[in-house]
Amino acid sequence: MRYVIIGNSTAAVGCVEGIRKADREGEIVLIASEPHHTYARPLISYLLLGRTDEEHMKYRPDSFYEENGVQAHLGTTVERVDAETKTVYTNKGDAIAYDKLLLATGSRPFVPPMEGLETVEKKFSFMTLDDAHALNETLTPESRVLIVGAGLIGLKCAEGILHRVGHIQVIDLAPRILPSILDEAGSALVQANLENQGIEMKLATTVKSFSGSHAVLTDGSECDFDVLVLAVGVRANTDLAAGIGAKIGRGIVVDEEGKTTVSDVFAAGDCTETRDITSDTVHVMAILPNAYLQGEAAGFAMAGSYRPFTNAIPMNAIGFFHQHMITAGSYEGEALVWQEGENYKKLVIRDGKLVGFILIGDVARAGIYTSLIRNQTPLSEVDFEKLKDHPQLLAFSGEVRGQKLGGVPR
Amino acid sequence: MASGMRANNEGVCPLKRVYVNEKWCLGCHLCEYNCAFANSGYKNMAMALKGVTINPRIRVEEDGKNDIHFAVNCRHCEDPICVKSCIAGALSQKDGRVEIDQEKCVGCHTCVLVCPYGAIMPADNGLVMQKCELCTKNGREIPACVEGCPNEAIVFEERG
Repeated sequence: MRYVIIGNSTAAVGCVEGIRKADREGEIVLIASEPHHTYARPLISYLLLGRTDEEHMKYRPDSFYEENGVQAHLGTTVERVDAETKTVYTNKGDAIAYDKLLLATGSRPFVPPMEGLETVEKKFSFMTLDDAHALNETLTPESRVLIVGAGLIGLKCAEGILHRVGHIQVIDLAPRILPSILDEAGSALVQANLENQGIEMKLATTVKSFSGSHAVLTDGSECDFDVLVLAVGVRANTDLAAGIGAKIGRGIVVDEEGKTTVSDVFAAGDCTETRDITSDTVHVMAILPNAYLQGEAAGFAMAGSYRPFTNAIPMNAIGFFHQHMITAGSYEGEALVWQEGENYKKLVIRDGKLVGFILIGDVARAGIYTSLIRNQTPLSEVDFEKLKDHPQLLAFSGEVRGQKLGGVPR
Repeated sequence: MASGMRANNEGVCPLKRVYVNEKWCLGCHLCEYNCAFANSGYKNMAMALKGVTINPRIRVEEDGKNDIHFAVNCRHCEDPICVKSCIAGALSQKDGRVEIDQEKCVGCHTCVLVCPYGAIMPADNGLVMQKCELCTKNGREIPACVEGCPNEAIVFEERG
Protein backbone atom coordinates (compact mmCIF):
# COMPACT_ATOMS: atom_id res chain seq x y z
CA MET A 1 0.00 0.00 0.00
CA ARG A 2 1.37 3.40 -0.89
CA TYR A 3 -0.28 6.56 0.41
CA VAL A 4 0.60 9.82 -1.28
CA ILE A 5 -0.16 13.09 0.49
CA ILE A 6 0.07 16.42 -1.29
CA GLY A 7 0.60 19.11 1.32
CA ASN A 8 2.54 19.42 4.56
CA SER A 9 0.43 21.43 6.93
CA THR A 10 -2.34 20.61 9.40
CA ALA A 11 -4.55 18.36 7.25
CA ALA A 12 -1.52 16.48 5.92
CA VAL A 13 -0.19 15.88 9.43
CA GLY A 14 -3.66 14.81 10.59
CA CYS A 15 -3.74 12.36 7.69
CA VAL A 16 -0.32 10.88 8.53
CA GLU A 17 -1.36 10.42 12.14
CA GLY A 18 -4.72 8.96 11.11
CA ILE A 19 -3.10 6.47 8.73
CA ARG A 20 -0.57 5.41 11.35
CA LYS A 21 -3.25 4.68 13.93
CA ALA A 22 -4.68 2.15 11.50
CA ASP A 23 -1.68 1.01 9.45
CA ARG A 24 1.93 0.93 10.69
CA GLU A 25 3.24 -0.73 7.55
CA GLY A 26 2.06 1.10 4.45
CA GLU A 27 4.40 3.45 2.64
CA ILE A 28 3.63 7.18 3.01
CA VAL A 29 4.99 9.68 0.52
CA LEU A 30 4.39 13.35 1.31
CA ILE A 31 4.98 16.01 -1.32
CA ALA A 32 4.84 19.75 -0.64
CA SER A 33 5.84 22.92 -2.45
CA GLU A 34 7.15 24.66 0.64
CA PRO A 35 10.68 23.57 1.54
CA HIS A 36 10.12 23.79 5.31
CA HIS A 37 9.60 21.11 7.93
CA THR A 38 5.90 21.16 8.85
CA TYR A 39 5.27 24.40 10.72
CA ALA A 40 2.35 26.04 12.47
CA ARG A 41 1.01 28.43 9.86
CA PRO A 42 -1.07 30.59 12.22
CA LEU A 43 2.05 31.33 14.25
CA ILE A 44 3.60 33.61 11.65
CA SER A 45 2.12 36.67 13.38
CA TYR A 46 3.59 35.49 16.70
CA LEU A 47 6.94 35.08 14.96
CA LEU A 48 6.93 38.75 13.98
CA LEU A 49 5.67 39.64 17.44
CA GLY A 50 8.70 37.86 18.91
CA ARG A 51 6.60 35.38 20.87
CA THR A 52 7.99 32.35 19.05
CA ASP A 53 10.81 31.45 16.69
CA GLU A 54 11.20 29.10 13.76
CA GLU A 55 12.43 26.24 15.91
CA HIS A 56 9.41 26.44 18.22
CA MET A 57 7.00 26.96 15.32
CA LYS A 58 7.58 23.42 14.12
CA TYR A 59 4.14 21.81 14.13
CA ARG A 60 5.64 18.43 14.88
CA PRO A 61 9.09 17.39 16.16
CA ASP A 62 12.07 17.01 13.81
CA SER A 63 11.66 13.23 14.08
CA PHE A 64 8.07 13.35 12.77
CA TYR A 65 8.64 12.09 9.23
CA GLU A 66 11.11 9.41 10.26
CA GLU A 67 9.06 8.14 13.18
CA ASN A 68 5.98 7.87 11.00
CA GLY A 69 7.78 6.31 8.07
CA VAL A 70 7.07 9.27 5.83
CA GLN A 71 9.16 9.88 2.76
CA ALA A 72 8.96 13.67 2.52
CA HIS A 73 9.61 15.45 -0.77
CA LEU A 74 9.71 19.05 0.41
CA GLY A 75 10.18 21.91 -2.01
CA THR A 76 8.51 19.79 -4.67
CA THR A 77 5.32 20.71 -6.45
CA VAL A 78 2.85 18.23 -7.86
CA GLU A 79 1.91 19.54 -11.28
CA ARG A 80 -0.59 16.94 -12.32
CA VAL A 81 -2.50 13.93 -11.09
CA ASP A 82 -3.54 11.10 -13.39
CA ALA A 83 -6.41 9.32 -11.67
CA GLU A 84 -6.58 6.63 -14.37
CA THR A 85 -3.06 5.35 -13.81
CA LYS A 86 -3.08 6.59 -10.18
CA THR A 87 0.10 8.58 -10.57
CA VAL A 88 1.21 12.07 -9.54
CA TYR A 89 3.76 14.02 -11.57
CA THR A 90 6.10 16.52 -9.91
CA ASN A 91 7.99 19.55 -11.14
CA LYS A 92 11.19 17.59 -10.59
CA GLY A 93 10.22 15.10 -13.25
CA ASP A 94 9.19 12.32 -10.91
CA ALA A 95 6.15 10.13 -11.47
CA ILE A 96 4.93 8.65 -8.19
CA ALA A 97 2.25 5.97 -8.14
CA TYR A 98 -0.34 5.90 -5.36
CA ASP A 99 -2.92 3.50 -4.02
CA LYS A 100 -4.63 6.25 -2.01
CA LEU A 101 -4.10 9.96 -2.54
CA LEU A 102 -4.80 12.91 -0.22
CA LEU A 103 -5.08 16.42 -1.55
CA ALA A 104 -4.22 18.78 1.31
CA THR A 105 -3.41 21.66 -0.95
CA GLY A 106 -4.71 24.44 1.27
CA SER A 107 -5.66 27.86 0.05
CA ARG A 108 -4.03 30.88 -1.48
CA PRO A 109 -4.55 34.61 -1.02
CA PHE A 110 -7.33 36.07 -3.07
CA VAL A 111 -6.39 39.37 -4.63
CA PRO A 112 -9.27 41.14 -6.32
CA PRO A 113 -8.48 43.23 -9.37
CA MET A 114 -7.33 46.65 -8.15
CA GLU A 115 -6.28 49.38 -10.50
CA GLY A 116 -2.58 50.14 -10.40
CA LEU A 117 -1.69 47.30 -8.04
CA GLU A 118 1.25 46.44 -10.29
CA THR A 119 2.77 49.86 -9.55
CA VAL A 120 3.08 49.07 -5.83
CA GLU A 121 6.65 48.10 -5.08
CA LYS A 122 6.35 46.58 -1.60
CA LYS A 123 3.29 44.36 -1.44
CA PHE A 124 2.81 41.21 0.56
CA SER A 125 0.40 38.48 1.48
CA PHE A 126 0.41 37.05 5.00
CA MET A 127 -0.18 33.31 4.82
CA THR A 128 3.17 31.54 4.87
CA LEU A 129 6.49 31.58 6.68
CA ASP A 130 8.12 32.99 3.57
CA ASP A 131 5.50 35.76 3.46
CA ALA A 132 6.33 36.61 7.07
CA HIS A 133 10.07 36.69 6.38
CA ALA A 134 9.63 38.86 3.32
CA LEU A 135 7.43 41.32 5.18
CA ASN A 136 9.76 41.31 8.17
CA GLU A 137 12.76 42.22 6.05
CA THR A 138 11.07 45.24 4.57
CA LEU A 139 9.75 46.81 7.79
CA THR A 140 11.47 49.76 9.43
CA PRO A 141 10.49 51.85 12.46
CA GLU A 142 9.26 54.49 10.03
CA SER A 143 7.19 52.19 7.81
CA ARG A 144 3.65 53.26 7.08
CA VAL A 145 1.75 50.03 6.50
CA LEU A 146 -1.56 49.77 4.70
CA ILE A 147 -3.39 46.52 5.37
CA VAL A 148 -6.32 45.77 3.10
CA GLY A 149 -8.64 43.39 4.95
CA ALA A 150 -9.88 43.56 8.56
CA GLY A 151 -10.36 39.82 8.93
CA LEU A 152 -8.38 37.32 10.99
CA ILE A 153 -5.29 37.41 8.76
CA GLY A 154 -5.10 41.17 8.32
CA LEU A 155 -5.62 41.95 11.99
CA LYS A 156 -3.22 39.28 13.26
CA CYS A 157 -0.67 40.75 10.88
CA ALA A 158 -1.35 44.20 12.33
CA GLU A 159 -0.83 42.93 15.86
CA GLY A 160 2.36 41.14 14.83
CA ILE A 161 4.04 44.19 13.29
CA LEU A 162 2.64 47.17 15.21
CA HIS A 163 5.68 47.40 17.50
CA ARG A 164 7.99 47.39 14.50
CA VAL A 165 6.51 50.12 12.35
CA GLY A 166 5.57 53.79 12.36
CA HIS A 167 1.91 53.54 11.49
CA ILE A 168 -0.72 50.99 10.47
CA GLN A 169 -3.91 51.72 8.62
CA VAL A 170 -6.38 48.88 8.10
CA ILE A 171 -9.16 49.24 5.56
CA ASP A 172 -12.00 46.91 4.69
CA LEU A 173 -14.98 47.02 2.40
CA ALA A 174 -17.15 45.58 5.19
CA PRO A 175 -18.60 48.09 7.66
CA ARG A 176 -17.10 46.25 10.64
CA ILE A 177 -14.09 44.13 11.55
CA LEU A 178 -14.00 40.33 11.83
CA PRO A 179 -17.51 39.88 10.41
CA SER A 180 -16.91 36.15 9.94
CA ILE A 181 -16.66 35.52 13.68
CA LEU A 182 -18.23 38.47 15.53
CA ASP A 183 -21.57 40.25 15.68
CA GLU A 184 -21.84 44.03 15.54
CA ALA A 185 -21.39 44.66 19.24
CA GLY A 186 -18.41 42.32 19.38
CA SER A 187 -16.81 43.95 16.36
CA ALA A 188 -17.16 47.36 17.97
CA LEU A 189 -15.54 46.19 21.20
CA VAL A 190 -12.56 44.66 19.44
CA GLN A 191 -12.22 47.58 17.05
CA ALA A 192 -12.03 49.98 20.01
CA ASN A 193 -9.20 47.92 21.50
CA LEU A 194 -7.26 47.88 18.23
CA GLU A 195 -7.71 51.62 17.81
CA ASN A 196 -6.55 52.18 21.39
CA GLN A 197 -3.33 50.42 20.44
CA GLY A 198 -2.82 52.98 17.69
CA ILE A 199 -4.09 51.07 14.67
CA GLU A 200 -6.10 53.31 12.39
CA MET A 201 -9.24 51.72 10.95
CA LYS A 202 -11.18 52.80 7.93
CA LEU A 203 -14.19 50.62 7.21
CA ALA A 204 -16.84 50.40 4.50
CA THR A 205 -14.26 51.47 1.98
CA THR A 206 -11.63 49.90 -0.21
CA VAL A 207 -8.92 50.87 -2.62
CA LYS A 208 -10.08 52.39 -5.86
CA SER A 209 -6.61 52.72 -7.31
CA PHE A 210 -2.93 52.53 -6.48
CA SER A 211 -0.17 54.63 -7.87
CA GLY A 212 3.18 53.60 -6.41
CA SER A 213 2.93 54.31 -2.70
CA HIS A 214 -0.28 56.27 -2.97
CA ALA A 215 -3.80 54.87 -2.73
CA VAL A 216 -7.12 56.48 -3.58
CA LEU A 217 -9.98 54.94 -1.62
CA THR A 218 -13.55 54.46 -2.74
CA ASP A 219 -14.80 56.97 -0.16
CA GLY A 220 -12.73 59.64 -1.91
CA SER A 221 -9.99 59.85 0.69
CA GLU A 222 -6.35 59.20 -0.07
CA CYS A 223 -3.58 57.42 1.75
CA ASP A 224 0.21 57.25 1.45
CA PHE A 225 2.02 54.13 2.53
CA ASP A 226 5.37 52.38 2.29
CA VAL A 227 4.27 48.77 2.62
CA LEU A 228 1.06 47.13 1.44
CA VAL A 229 -0.36 43.93 2.95
CA LEU A 230 -3.20 42.28 1.06
CA ALA A 231 -5.42 40.19 3.32
CA VAL A 232 -8.72 40.40 1.50
CA GLY A 233 -9.51 36.72 1.55
CA VAL A 234 -8.43 33.27 0.48
CA ARG A 235 -9.44 30.80 -2.18
CA ALA A 236 -9.24 27.04 -1.98
CA ASN A 237 -6.54 25.44 -4.12
CA THR A 238 -8.67 23.13 -6.24
CA ASP A 239 -6.71 22.94 -9.51
CA LEU A 240 -5.29 19.45 -9.04
CA ALA A 241 -8.72 18.15 -8.03
CA ALA A 242 -10.39 19.87 -10.96
CA GLY A 243 -7.76 18.35 -13.24
CA ILE A 244 -9.00 14.84 -12.44
CA GLY A 245 -12.65 15.78 -12.71
CA ALA A 246 -13.41 15.86 -8.99
CA LYS A 247 -16.52 17.78 -8.06
CA ILE A 248 -15.71 21.30 -6.90
CA GLY A 249 -17.97 23.79 -5.16
CA ARG A 250 -16.34 26.63 -3.31
CA GLY A 251 -13.83 24.01 -2.32
CA ILE A 252 -13.25 20.38 -3.18
CA VAL A 253 -16.42 18.40 -2.38
CA VAL A 254 -15.76 15.64 0.15
CA ASP A 255 -17.83 13.34 2.32
CA GLU A 256 -17.41 12.76 6.05
CA GLU A 257 -14.40 10.54 5.42
CA GLY A 258 -12.74 13.04 3.13
CA LYS A 259 -13.55 11.09 -0.03
CA THR A 260 -13.74 13.19 -3.18
CA THR A 261 -15.93 12.13 -6.09
CA VAL A 262 -12.89 10.46 -7.68
CA SER A 263 -12.12 6.99 -6.45
CA ASP A 264 -9.13 6.58 -4.11
CA VAL A 265 -8.66 10.34 -3.99
CA PHE A 266 -9.28 12.15 -0.71
CA ALA A 267 -9.06 15.79 0.30
CA ALA A 268 -8.92 17.66 3.60
CA GLY A 269 -8.34 21.08 5.06
CA ASP A 270 -8.68 24.54 3.58
CA CYS A 271 -8.96 23.23 0.02
CA THR A 272 -12.29 21.55 0.81
CA GLU A 273 -15.80 22.65 1.63
CA THR A 274 -17.54 21.23 4.68
CA ARG A 275 -21.04 20.96 6.05
CA ASP A 276 -21.48 23.14 9.13
CA ILE A 277 -23.91 21.31 11.44
CA THR A 278 -24.97 24.54 13.15
CA SER A 279 -26.30 26.19 9.99
CA ASP A 280 -26.68 23.09 7.82
CA THR A 281 -24.85 24.91 5.06
CA VAL A 282 -21.78 23.92 3.13
CA HIS A 283 -18.84 26.29 3.05
CA VAL A 284 -15.08 26.45 3.19
CA MET A 285 -14.33 26.31 6.89
CA ALA A 286 -10.71 27.31 6.82
CA ILE A 287 -9.86 26.72 10.45
CA LEU A 288 -7.11 24.63 11.90
CA PRO A 289 -8.97 22.11 14.09
CA ASN A 290 -11.25 21.19 11.20
CA ALA A 291 -8.27 20.71 8.92
CA TYR A 292 -6.73 18.30 11.38
CA LEU A 293 -9.96 16.40 12.05
CA GLN A 294 -10.73 16.11 8.33
CA GLY A 295 -7.18 15.01 7.58
CA GLU A 296 -7.30 12.42 10.32
CA ALA A 297 -10.68 11.06 9.17
CA ALA A 298 -9.29 10.82 5.63
CA GLY A 299 -6.20 9.03 6.94
CA PHE A 300 -8.35 6.45 8.69
CA ALA A 301 -10.45 5.96 5.57
CA MET A 302 -7.39 5.66 3.33
CA ALA A 303 -6.11 2.92 5.64
CA GLY A 304 -9.44 1.10 5.46
CA SER A 305 -10.74 2.16 8.86
CA TYR A 306 -14.03 4.01 9.39
CA ARG A 307 -13.73 7.08 11.65
CA PRO A 308 -15.74 9.82 9.95
CA PHE A 309 -15.64 13.48 11.00
CA THR A 310 -19.31 14.31 11.31
CA ASN A 311 -19.64 17.41 13.42
CA ALA A 312 -17.75 20.27 11.85
CA ILE A 313 -18.63 23.71 13.15
CA PRO A 314 -17.04 27.09 12.62
CA MET A 315 -15.04 27.92 15.76
CA ASN A 316 -12.25 30.30 16.55
CA ALA A 317 -10.08 31.39 19.42
CA ILE A 318 -8.10 34.51 18.75
CA GLY A 319 -6.69 37.43 20.65
CA PHE A 320 -5.33 40.87 19.97
CA PHE A 321 -3.15 42.71 22.47
CA HIS A 322 -4.30 40.50 25.38
CA GLN A 323 -7.99 40.81 24.50
CA HIS A 324 -9.17 37.27 23.89
CA MET A 325 -12.26 36.08 22.08
CA ILE A 326 -13.72 32.65 21.53
CA THR A 327 -16.57 32.11 19.11
CA ALA A 328 -18.37 29.12 17.66
CA GLY A 329 -21.34 28.04 15.62
CA SER A 330 -24.18 29.97 14.07
CA TYR A 331 -25.68 33.23 15.30
CA GLU A 332 -29.12 32.58 13.78
CA GLY A 333 -31.56 32.05 16.60
CA GLU A 334 -32.67 33.47 19.92
CA ALA A 335 -29.81 35.51 21.34
CA LEU A 336 -29.03 36.11 25.00
CA VAL A 337 -26.51 38.90 25.49
CA TRP A 338 -24.50 40.13 28.46
CA GLN A 339 -22.08 43.01 28.33
CA GLU A 340 -20.14 44.42 31.21
CA GLY A 341 -17.11 46.57 30.66
CA GLU A 342 -14.61 44.67 28.56
CA ASN A 343 -16.55 41.41 28.78
CA TYR A 344 -19.10 40.41 26.20
CA LYS A 345 -21.09 37.21 26.02
CA LYS A 346 -23.71 36.08 23.56
CA LEU A 347 -25.39 32.68 23.58
CA VAL A 348 -27.56 31.70 20.63
CA ILE A 349 -30.29 29.09 20.99
CA ARG A 350 -32.32 27.42 18.29
CA ASP A 351 -34.64 24.41 18.46
CA GLY A 352 -33.83 23.87 22.13
CA LYS A 353 -30.10 23.66 21.55
CA LEU A 354 -27.13 25.95 21.92
CA VAL A 355 -26.03 26.64 18.33
CA GLY A 356 -23.54 29.45 18.77
CA PHE A 357 -21.73 31.75 21.15
CA ILE A 358 -19.42 34.73 21.30
CA LEU A 359 -17.21 35.36 24.30
CA ILE A 360 -14.91 38.37 24.48
CA GLY A 361 -12.74 39.08 27.50
CA ASP A 362 -13.72 36.35 29.94
CA VAL A 363 -13.36 33.23 27.82
CA ALA A 364 -12.69 30.75 30.61
CA ARG A 365 -13.92 27.19 30.02
CA ALA A 366 -15.57 28.10 26.72
CA GLY A 367 -15.08 24.53 25.52
CA ILE A 368 -18.00 23.42 27.69
CA TYR A 369 -20.22 25.55 25.44
CA THR A 370 -18.45 24.28 22.32
CA SER A 371 -19.05 20.68 23.33
CA LEU A 372 -22.79 21.34 23.73
CA ILE A 373 -22.85 22.65 20.16
CA ARG A 374 -20.72 19.89 18.66
CA ASN A 375 -22.75 17.21 20.46
CA GLN A 376 -26.05 18.98 19.71
CA THR A 377 -27.06 18.42 23.31
CA PRO A 378 -30.71 19.29 24.02
CA LEU A 379 -30.72 22.07 26.62
CA SER A 380 -33.48 20.17 28.42
CA GLU A 381 -30.76 17.72 29.50
CA VAL A 382 -28.68 20.39 31.25
CA ASP A 383 -29.22 23.18 33.76
CA PHE A 384 -29.15 26.04 31.30
CA GLU A 385 -29.54 28.67 34.02
CA LYS A 386 -26.14 27.63 35.35
CA LEU A 387 -24.64 27.72 31.88
CA LYS A 388 -25.93 31.21 31.31
CA ASP A 389 -23.93 32.27 34.33
CA HIS A 390 -20.72 30.65 33.12
CA PRO A 391 -19.63 27.40 31.52
CA GLN A 392 -19.51 24.72 34.22
CA LEU A 393 -19.91 20.99 34.60
CA LEU A 394 -22.40 21.54 37.44
CA ALA A 395 -24.91 22.14 34.65
CA PHE A 396 -24.85 18.43 33.84
CA SER A 397 -26.64 15.74 35.83
CA GLY A 398 -24.75 13.82 38.49
CA GLU A 399 -24.91 10.78 36.29
CA VAL A 400 -23.31 12.55 33.34
CA ARG A 401 -20.66 14.04 35.63
CA GLY A 402 -19.91 10.52 36.86
CA GLN A 403 -19.21 9.54 33.27
CA LYS A 404 -17.19 12.66 32.53
CA LEU A 405 -15.10 12.79 35.70
CA GLY A 406 -15.54 9.56 37.60
CA GLY A 407 -14.76 7.04 34.90
CA VAL A 408 -18.23 5.53 35.21
CA PRO A 409 -19.01 3.64 32.00
CA ARG A 410 -21.75 5.14 29.85
CA MET B 1 -5.21 -3.53 27.89
CA ALA B 2 -2.14 -5.32 29.11
CA SER B 3 0.21 -2.81 27.55
CA GLY B 4 -1.37 -0.24 29.83
CA MET B 5 0.36 -1.86 32.78
CA ARG B 6 3.82 -1.13 31.47
CA ALA B 7 5.36 1.66 33.46
CA ASN B 8 7.17 4.23 31.34
CA ASN B 9 10.55 5.60 32.23
CA GLU B 10 9.03 8.21 34.49
CA GLY B 11 7.36 5.56 36.59
CA VAL B 12 3.79 6.41 35.68
CA CYS B 13 1.48 3.75 34.40
CA PRO B 14 0.29 5.01 31.04
CA LEU B 15 -3.41 4.73 31.67
CA LYS B 16 -3.52 5.88 35.25
CA ARG B 17 -5.79 8.86 35.53
CA VAL B 18 -7.27 11.07 38.20
CA TYR B 19 -10.89 10.08 38.88
CA VAL B 20 -13.41 11.97 40.92
CA ASN B 21 -15.67 10.42 43.55
CA GLU B 22 -18.05 13.32 43.75
CA LYS B 23 -19.96 12.10 46.79
CA TRP B 24 -16.81 12.12 48.93
CA CYS B 25 -15.72 15.63 48.00
CA LEU B 26 -15.88 17.98 50.99
CA GLY B 27 -15.25 21.08 48.92
CA CYS B 28 -12.16 21.82 51.04
CA HIS B 29 -10.11 23.03 48.05
CA LEU B 30 -6.96 21.35 49.38
CA CYS B 31 -6.39 19.84 45.94
CA GLU B 32 -6.17 23.33 44.49
CA TYR B 33 -3.60 24.43 47.09
CA ASN B 34 -1.57 21.25 46.71
CA CYS B 35 -1.60 21.65 42.94
CA ALA B 36 -0.45 25.25 43.14
CA PHE B 37 2.28 24.31 45.61
CA ALA B 38 3.48 21.30 43.63
CA ASN B 39 3.88 23.41 40.53
CA SER B 40 5.33 26.47 42.25
CA GLY B 41 8.94 25.32 42.33
CA TYR B 42 9.11 26.12 46.06
CA LYS B 43 10.01 23.51 48.68
CA ASN B 44 7.99 25.19 51.40
CA MET B 45 4.24 25.47 51.07
CA ALA B 46 3.98 28.69 53.05
CA MET B 47 6.67 30.29 50.89
CA ALA B 48 4.86 29.13 47.77
CA LEU B 49 1.38 30.25 48.67
CA LYS B 50 1.54 33.05 51.21
CA GLY B 51 0.00 36.19 49.78
CA VAL B 52 -0.49 34.54 46.40
CA THR B 53 -3.72 34.21 44.46
CA ILE B 54 -3.40 30.60 43.41
CA ASN B 55 -3.85 29.52 39.82
CA PRO B 56 -4.21 25.75 40.14
CA ARG B 57 -4.66 23.28 37.29
CA ILE B 58 -7.37 21.47 39.20
CA ARG B 59 -10.45 23.46 40.13
CA VAL B 60 -13.33 22.67 42.45
CA GLU B 61 -16.84 23.35 41.26
CA GLU B 62 -19.47 23.65 43.89
CA ASP B 63 -23.14 24.17 44.43
CA GLY B 64 -23.37 25.00 48.14
CA LYS B 65 -27.16 24.97 48.17
CA ASN B 66 -27.30 21.35 47.11
CA ASP B 67 -24.06 20.37 48.82
CA ILE B 68 -22.40 19.29 45.58
CA HIS B 69 -18.63 19.63 45.23
CA PHE B 70 -16.18 18.08 42.83
CA ALA B 71 -12.76 18.75 41.39
CA VAL B 72 -12.06 19.09 37.68
CA ASN B 73 -8.72 18.64 36.02
CA CYS B 74 -7.54 17.38 32.62
CA ARG B 75 -9.12 14.01 31.86
CA HIS B 76 -6.18 12.99 29.65
CA CYS B 77 -8.67 11.93 26.99
CA GLU B 78 -7.75 8.94 24.89
CA ASP B 79 -8.76 10.90 21.82
CA PRO B 80 -7.88 14.45 22.88
CA ILE B 81 -9.44 17.18 20.81
CA CYS B 82 -7.13 19.79 22.37
CA VAL B 83 -4.09 18.03 20.89
CA LYS B 84 -5.74 17.87 17.48
CA SER B 85 -6.80 21.50 17.64
CA CYS B 86 -3.62 23.10 18.99
CA ILE B 87 -2.47 25.56 16.36
CA ALA B 88 1.13 25.44 17.58
CA GLY B 89 1.66 21.71 18.01
CA ALA B 90 2.30 22.53 21.67
CA LEU B 91 -0.05 19.88 23.03
CA SER B 92 0.83 16.24 22.55
CA GLN B 93 0.02 12.83 23.89
CA LYS B 94 2.77 10.93 25.63
CA ASP B 95 2.21 7.52 27.22
CA GLY B 96 -1.48 8.30 27.51
CA ARG B 97 -0.96 11.71 29.09
CA VAL B 98 -1.73 15.02 27.44
CA GLU B 99 1.27 17.30 27.83
CA ILE B 100 1.87 20.93 27.00
CA ASP B 101 5.12 22.41 25.77
CA GLN B 102 4.93 25.95 27.09
CA GLU B 103 7.92 26.92 24.96
CA LYS B 104 5.80 26.28 21.88
CA CYS B 105 2.47 27.59 23.19
CA VAL B 106 1.55 31.11 22.09
CA GLY B 107 -1.53 31.43 24.31
CA CYS B 108 -4.08 31.51 21.48
CA HIS B 109 -6.72 29.78 23.67
CA THR B 110 -7.81 27.29 20.98
CA CYS B 111 -7.50 24.56 23.64
CA VAL B 112 -9.91 26.54 25.82
CA LEU B 113 -12.26 26.70 22.83
CA VAL B 114 -12.37 22.92 22.47
CA CYS B 115 -11.78 21.31 25.88
CA PRO B 116 -15.18 19.90 26.91
CA TYR B 117 -14.16 19.91 30.58
CA GLY B 118 -12.86 23.46 30.78
CA ALA B 119 -9.63 22.04 32.12
CA ILE B 120 -7.01 24.21 30.37
CA MET B 121 -6.34 27.75 31.51
CA PRO B 122 -3.76 30.51 31.17
CA ALA B 123 -0.58 30.22 33.22
CA ASP B 124 0.33 32.98 35.68
CA ASN B 125 1.98 35.12 33.01
CA GLY B 126 -1.17 35.04 30.87
CA LEU B 127 0.95 34.40 27.78
CA VAL B 128 0.88 30.61 27.65
CA MET B 129 -1.57 27.97 28.81
CA GLN B 130 -1.24 25.44 31.61
CA LYS B 131 -2.90 22.14 32.35
CA CYS B 132 -2.66 19.15 34.64
CA GLU B 133 0.18 16.88 33.60
CA LEU B 134 -0.35 14.47 36.50
CA CYS B 135 2.64 15.96 38.33
CA THR B 136 5.04 14.24 35.92
CA LYS B 137 7.11 17.38 35.45
CA ASN B 138 7.54 18.33 39.09
CA GLY B 139 9.23 15.21 40.35
CA ARG B 140 6.29 13.49 42.01
CA GLU B 141 5.12 9.94 41.64
CA ILE B 142 1.52 10.60 42.63
CA PRO B 143 -0.29 13.79 41.69
CA ALA B 144 -0.18 16.21 44.60
CA CYS B 145 -3.94 16.77 44.48
CA VAL B 146 -4.60 13.07 44.99
CA GLU B 147 -1.95 12.65 47.65
CA GLY B 148 -3.36 15.47 49.71
CA CYS B 149 -7.05 14.68 49.34
CA PRO B 150 -8.30 13.90 52.86
CA ASN B 151 -11.33 11.90 51.79
CA GLU B 152 -10.33 9.96 48.65
CA ALA B 153 -12.61 12.16 46.60
CA ILE B 154 -9.97 12.12 43.91
CA VAL B 155 -8.01 8.99 43.21
CA PHE B 156 -5.21 8.04 40.84
CA GLU B 157 -6.11 4.73 39.28
CA GLU B 158 -6.08 2.68 36.18
CA ARG B 159 -9.56 1.71 35.13
CA GLY B 160 -10.71 -0.32 32.16
